[in-house]
Amino acid sequence: MFWEQLLNGLTLGSTYALIALGYTMVYGIIQLINFAHGEIYMFGAFVGLVLVTVFGLNIIVALVGAMIFCMFLGMLIERIAYRPLRGKSSRLSALISAIGVSIFLSTLMVLIRGPNTTRYPEIIKITTYNIGSISISSLQIIILALATLLMVGLQVMIKKTRVGMAMRACSQDLEASYLMGINVNRVISFTFAVGSALAAAGGVMVGVYYNAVWPYMGLMAGLKAFAAAVLGGIGSIPGAMVGGLTLGVLEIFGVAYLSSSYKDAIAFAILILVLIIRPQGIFGQKKIKKV
Amino acid sequence: MAVLKLEGITQEFGGLRALDSVSLEVEAGNIFGIIGPNGAGKTTLFNIITGIYTPTEGNLFFKDEMITNTSAYNIARLGVGRTFQNIRLFGKLSVLDNVKVGSYGITSSSFFSNLLGLPKAKREEKLVTEKSLELLELVGLVEVRHEYADSLAYGDQRRLEIARALALEPSLLLLDEPAAGMNSSEKLELMELINGIKEQFDLTILLVEHDMNLVMNICDLIAVLDYGKKIAEGNPVEVKSDEKVIMSYLGVEI
Repeated sequence: MFWEQLLNGLTLGSTYALIALGYTMVYGIIQLINFAHGEIYMFGAFVGLVLVTVFGLNIIVALVGAMIFCMFLGMLIERIAYRPLRGKSSRLSALISAIGVSIFLSTLMVLIRGPNTTRYPEIIKITTYNIGSISISSLQIIILALATLLMVGLQVMIKKTRVGMAMRACSQDLEASYLMGINVNRVISFTFAVGSALAAAGGVMVGVYYNAVWPYMGLMAGLKAFAAAVLGGIGSIPGAMVGGLTLGVLEIFGVAYLSSSYKDAIAFAILILVLIIRPQGIFGQKKIKKV
Repeated sequence: MAVLKLEGITQEFGGLRALDSVSLEVEAGNIFGIIGPNGAGKTTLFNIITGIYTPTEGNLFFKDEMITNTSAYNIARLGVGRTFQNIRLFGKLSVLDNVKVGSYGITSSSFFSNLLGLPKAKREEKLVTEKSLELLELVGLVEVRHEYADSLAYGDQRRLEIARALALEPSLLLLDEPAAGMNSSEKLELMELINGIKEQFDLTILLVEHDMNLVMNICDLIAVLDYGKKIAEGNPVEVKSDEKVIMSYLGVEI
């Protein structure tokens, strides 16, 4: 029972982690909580659905397609809703703009598809394997493997490539990066692209796993991933991964050992506790402001 | 030839006039010093030259090209490197990576070929690393290349900033108080370093500094700012004996 729940928790948590990464990367560079991020995840889930049902594509191809679509969606949002405000107005205006984009995207989807839940077709034949007393489904294996692959890929990109180094430089001092000849706008654009692609992957996985997508699915998932990012330390990439997994596991344990009605309360109780006890999160660093 | 030309630069912040129609010409190959009391507008001037601020009035030219409205990263790519008064290294990048970041502005391989690790990008990456190591050798930091930049001693951080600025292969180098916080032997080394890199890289240098000994020793020309206005300009001897400068800044020796 325990191990099986842990496995369920890790599966759910890995999707939270994929979404949380987008929050944390964007925050790390421009200190903006991109509240439209949950809606990008929702769009990812729907694009994946359409590619599977309408175009009859293989689920992996659909996943890649959804990631590419959301890459451009993320860059477009940054270009239209955030860049014009950058440097000219307060961070609060960008935040309000983000909330506006979030509402726009979810209502746009209601307009296109209606407010009801759509079921994902059964695209993967689910077989269940029993290892000792633990049963694990092929779907869980696929989700865990894909999420791991994406997160390892992200780490390699950040640590080894030039654009990764530019991202790290920008997250430490945006203005100095600019003065060192780094095209900061392009780095920011790229950050949105990567974060949105990861969220889209999470969206497709959740759609398949829970067999349902709906236009407002981004709201709760987005808030929980945000809680996960804060738990791990907002701005920290390993933090988002660990925070997402932790949150997923705690949530599933809460449902299993307490009551399923506490499911959503757990994430936010954790958020509040973190903010009280360790506001910088697990991997965050305390900022010392010089006076 | 004038590498840098400022024409009537005025910068206002709200009601505050930080710079008041300042004009300057910096000739190629010179070390040009800018001095003046705190708040005189020296760093503001640097921020205008490097494109952080767009001046309220006036124009500036880099090698005859107007750069008044050019974005900061494009000015950097044209060949203007700078260091900062309050050190602004990328503290959580290694010493070597700090210098490499400086090189990226001038490399030519495309974004995607880098992401995919294509051969051309790999060759260029190797060149960048070699060049960065040479620069670290020059400023004497090659042994600590794998340390985090913020773990270095203060004087070393200042020299790392110079190496990072040189990675852009600038023709104009702006040094904002490079000797701040250094002891006298470090200052001597710094003077040697500045003169050395000027010759080696064929640089024009613009320097803000409070250490009068250093300024008078290495500058060919000096401009004095006070309350955003240029009150004097000339060689060190002329500036030292200028009455207005003595009144507002240097003070009278008794």
